[in-house]
Amino acid sequence: MDAGTRDDFIIAIRSAFLKKENKQRFSLIFLIILSTIFLALGRINFKAIDYVKISIKEIVYRSSFVVSVPENYLKKTYQNIQSHFIIYNDYFEIKSEIKELKAQKTVDQFIVEENKRLKKIIDDYVADSDEVVAKIIIDKNSPFLRSLIVNKGSKNDIKLGMAVLDGSYLVGKVVEVNYLTSRILLLSDLNSKIPIIIEPGAFQSILSGTGKNDGIIQYLKENYFIKENSTIYTSGAGGLFKAGIPIGKIKKQELNNEKKVDFFSDFSQLRFVKIMSFKKDEN
Amino acid sequence: MVEFSKITITNRLLRYAPILLLFLSVLNEFDFNYLELKYFSFNFPFVLIFYWSLKKVESLGYGLIFIAGLFNDVVTGFPMGVSSLSYLLICGFAAYFRNITLNPSLLKDWLFFLLTILVVNSMMYSLLVLFFSFDLNYYDLIVNLIFTFLLYVICANAFEIYQKLVFGTQNV
Repeated sequence: MDAGTRDDFIIAIRSAFLKKENKQRFSLIFLIILSTIFLALGRINFKAIDYVKISIKEIVYRSSFVVSVPENYLKKTYQNIQSHFIIYNDYFEIKSEIKELKAQKTVDQFIVEENKRLKKIIDDYVADSDEVVAKIIIDKNSPFLRSLIVNKGSKNDIKLGMAVLDGSYLVGKVVEVNYLTSRILLLSDLNSKIPIIIEPGAFQSILSGTGKNDGIIQYLKENYFIKENSTIYTSGAGGLFKAGIPIGKIKKQELNNEKKVDFFSDFSQLRFVKIMSFKKDEN
Repeated sequence: MVEFSKITITNRLLRYAPILLLFLSVLNEFDFNYLELKYFSFNFPFVLIFYWSLKKVESLGYGLIFIAGLFNDVVTGFPMGVSSLSYLLICGFAAYFRNITLNPSLLKDWLFFLLTILVVNSMMYSLLVLFFSFDLNYYDLIVNLIFTFLLYVICANAFEIYQKLVFGTQNV
């Protein structure tokens, strides 16, 4: 690179980053430094940045909900059309399933009662706290992060780590609590790690998200034989969730021996969720 | 008088449409992810910021881009400042390219856009993985990058038509 070219390069860089452009109030370099300061202070959990974050979050979550109304309408219409196509086949499947379930329910009732008695003996988590039903206000299916924003926050006694359920199925946990809103990390997120138990066999393991619509079993030795369609429940290890919350089923074995999990709940269809924590029964 | 003020408001809205679109896209993320297409995602703000910083920089204020970045971080759950930094770097790359280009063409812009998003995405990936211990799927990022690159040429043409209609002549 000769001196002239180098000078041109420096002038172009200086003009792009240092000089204030036409009708611009700030130079680029000033704002880049400001962003870096935000990042660095956020990394060390600086209090002032936390307050800024919380205020921005309250504004953004609400405005994002309003702005997303047209898109959500389109999304709903698209999903409605899709579900209409499969409704006829579903009807017959569901009818036969209900028949089977009714028979199974009678048998299960006895097991549930017996289980409650046994849990009391071993002092496990049996009682649920008051559940809070929350509405999903932002459902951004980002390609990198799988999370939801709900309209309940610390004002409604939501705390970090609380379990989030869709009916009886676990869908995630609370990872961020603001005054009026909270963020839920879905089980399908890459950063989600939940201690689980696989039945039949009672194999203990960790369920991690894949960033897609399924999960993957981690830290399980290869010599354990896990059947296809085995059911995944929370193991209760770690004390955050009670044991036995259903999560999903093992999918057909992949060629690379990965054990993928098909969640019971369809995270893209969530509208309302239950948020709850678990405590030991004192009686 | 009424007619005059109506024209002024519409005119202003049209002139500030790029920044409005940027805020709408960060708050709404219209990226068709709900279609659940396995290998499809793109980053519309990257395209929007690069194009307008290159062609008509006064349409997007740097301060507003910074705020849009903070909003995007809040919506997507990234650490505050990551998106702002990447958006501003895109502005920087576009400004540099504008300064060194004598004969602009869509092809040159497109190739330089590829270089820009490669650098910015690499920086974002490294920051999130190394400093914030995020688990990111590298392949998803690559897919996002490829579609963002492909989308540029479509959006650039649409923006050019819009620019001719609203602003009359092109700046660059």
